[in-house]
Amino acid sequence: MYLLRRMEITSDMLYKAKAIRGFCHLYDGQEAVVVGMEAALEKTDSVITSYRDHATHVMRGGSVLEVFAELMGRVDGASKGKGGSMHLYRRQANFFGGQGIVGAQTPLGAGLALAHQYNQDGGVAVTLYGDGAANQGQLFEAFNMAALWDLPCIFVCENNHYGMGTAEWRAAKSPSYFTRGDYMPGMQCDGMDVLAVRQAFAFAKKHALEKGPMILEVDTYRYHGHSMSDPGSTYRSRDEISSIRQKRDPLEHARKLLLDGGLAEVSDIKAIERDVKKQIDEGLGQAKASPHPPMEDLWANIWKAPLGAEMRGIDSSHKQRLPQ
Amino acid sequence: MALAAAVRRGMQAQLWGGLLQSQLRGLASSAQLQQSAAAAAAAAEASPAAASPAGPPEAAGRTVKMNLCAAVNDALHIAMAEDSRTLCFGEDVGFGGVFMCSRGLQERFGRDRVFNTPLSEQGIVGFAIGAAAEGFRPVAEIQFADYIFPAFDQITNEAAKYRYRSGAAYNVGGLTIRAPYGAVGHGGHYHSQSPEAFFTHIPGVKVVMPSGPREAKGLLLASIREPDPVIFFEAKMLYRTAVEEVPEGDYEIPLGQARTVQQGSDITLVGWGQQVRVLELAAKEVQDQDKISCEILDLRTLLPWDADAVEASVRKTGRLLVSHEAPITSGFGAEVVSTIADRCFWSLEAPPARVCGYDTPFPLVFEPLYLPTARRVAEAIRRTVTAT
Repeated sequence: MYLLRRMEITSDMLYKAKAIRGFCHLYDGQEAVVVGMEAALEKTDSVITSYRDHATHVMRGGSVLEVFAELMGRVDGASKGKGGSMHLYRRQANFFGGQGIVGAQTPLGAGLALAHQYNQDGGVAVTLYGDGAANQGQLFEAFNMAALWDLPCIFVCENNHYGMGTAEWRAAKSPSYFTRGDYMPGMQCDGMDVLAVRQAFAFAKKHALEKGPMILEVDTYRYHGHSMSDPGSTYRSRDEISSIRQKRDPLEHARKLLLDGGLAEVSDIKAIERDVKKQIDEGLGQAKASPHPPMEDLWANIWKAPLGAEMRGIDSSHKQRLPQ
Repeated sequence: MALAAAVRRGMQAQLWGGLLQSQLRGLASSAQLQQSAAAAAAAAEASPAAASPAGPPEAAGRTVKMNLCAAVNDALHIAMAEDSRTLCFGEDVGFGGVFMCSRGLQERFGRDRVFNTPLSEQGIVGFAIGAAAEGFRPVAEIQFADYIFPAFDQITNEAAKYRYRSGAAYNVGGLTIRAPYGAVGHGGHYHSQSPEAFFTHIPGVKVVMPSGPREAKGLLLASIREPDPVIFFEAKMLYRTAVEEVPEGDYEIPLGQARTVQQGSDITLVGWGQQVRVLELAAKEVQDQDKISCEILDLRTLLPWDADAVEASVRKTGRLLVSHEAPITSGFGAEVVSTIADRCFWSLEAPPARVCGYDTPFPLVFEPLYLPTARRVAEAIRRTVTAT
């Protein structure tokens, strides 16, 4: 969790230094969700999420280099620099990414679950979405299909209580997102407690495999605004943010459990933090050294086989006939 | 018929003088109406321009420096003030909107007319269509044009066909959908798209794309008042960066009418939205370096588009170049070129050219390569003008 926290803070600094441009949706505050989730899953389970995906990528086995490089649009990024912050993918870990359109990943998640069911491979599909996406029509279409066909799908609502700048009670008649599946069972858990999250996911996975799909609503919070363009303070009070930081921060909670339970010494924790800082610095250094993708990549991977075209650069001195 | 028309004009003229609609309804049954109708009819005969509800920009009072989002905001305030059935809703419009285009509306007109919707584009547009069918004037905002696709069915199959399929028993003419579009420098796949071409393929709606603040205010007022559903794309990059003298008062720019940005003799350049500025830059370059004289037309409305104006221009210059950010294949440039090729075949000195985005998803880091920049346009102008 500390690694994720430091990675997101570093991304914030990179964005402000304009090394990252475009959109950047940070996950700090929500770390316990993906960490607890991965503790209960295998890499053979599929995961699909929204644009707030940096931490999800790392927890699916991705490296900090892949995240930083992708944010900066460099070729060593998770998607070879072509996707950016919102589109991190990791095929070898069944991480189906990072999507930009709110809620669009939810029917896809149902489809991933169908594959698991068809292949009878004992895996589940975890489909993450937020409280903003919870009002999208396509989510309910996905619910119906998953329930109708008993797909092994866990619909996870990461409820950080704000859809961009809109508080949940302003957007939803019922902000009890775990009940919105109606005929499909749902459960709510404290998303700031990594152990509670792990237990909840373990239960959900078992349920999805044995009985059918369910919703898992994780009650969590993001410290940053919706994205780097959003200060995050026009629709919620600074008191609210600092109160959560003081009382419910996932890292503080884990630290306290470890220290109070005698499972670690302060020096152990400091060693972890040092190690993380080193990892971040190394990853960042490598990412900064990574080149931008070559110009031909503008045309790569639109269809499977390139249709062949001529492309020119910014001025006419460079023309490129692309592979047929 | 003439009296009814005069009465309507008279009522509208009085409306701009500040009478409330309820007072007008009361008047309708009184003898006063006869007098005002006669007076209005006389006024209409005397000066036709004064009889229309909102005149051209030149007649709208003194000007003020405004950027595009302020101009849009101004138009919304006027539209909301004149007719209490005008509504303004969408994601986050209540506090002013993510681009500040709806600033001040909720405070002034209240939450039952200006409100936030949940994150459901299909729902937003469908809901707006229903309200319009009941005679309201909903101005629905889609936060980025890239997100409009869940609503595409509602627009195509409901909004566009309501009047037609009901034999004009119903219509959703009050509907206006506003959406920011276009490249912004770092928008990537989902904050930069120009989807206008999809909508020009739907008979029953209108598609409008202003090229700057002064244009936007007049076109938006015309769109809101238009008795047909209008999709209004605003160039998000221009929201802050384009600043012009914009008339303070109420004015309209008619739909379906192109604007001649500059006159020229060697080639006709056609564009819309923020691409018009790119055409102006390219035209300046070829004028300074090659003495090529470009005529530039800003289409303003894509559906229905002013083919007559483009035809007249191409008959004069003999050459056509169309430019848009959207990918070239099946972009709206294809429609312009094929229509002009049909109408002006024998007047053309060179094949019509299109300088557009490439046929790729809108890229992230490759944006400068992808965009139809002034440099690319200038080269295409030179190629077209020197072709024999």
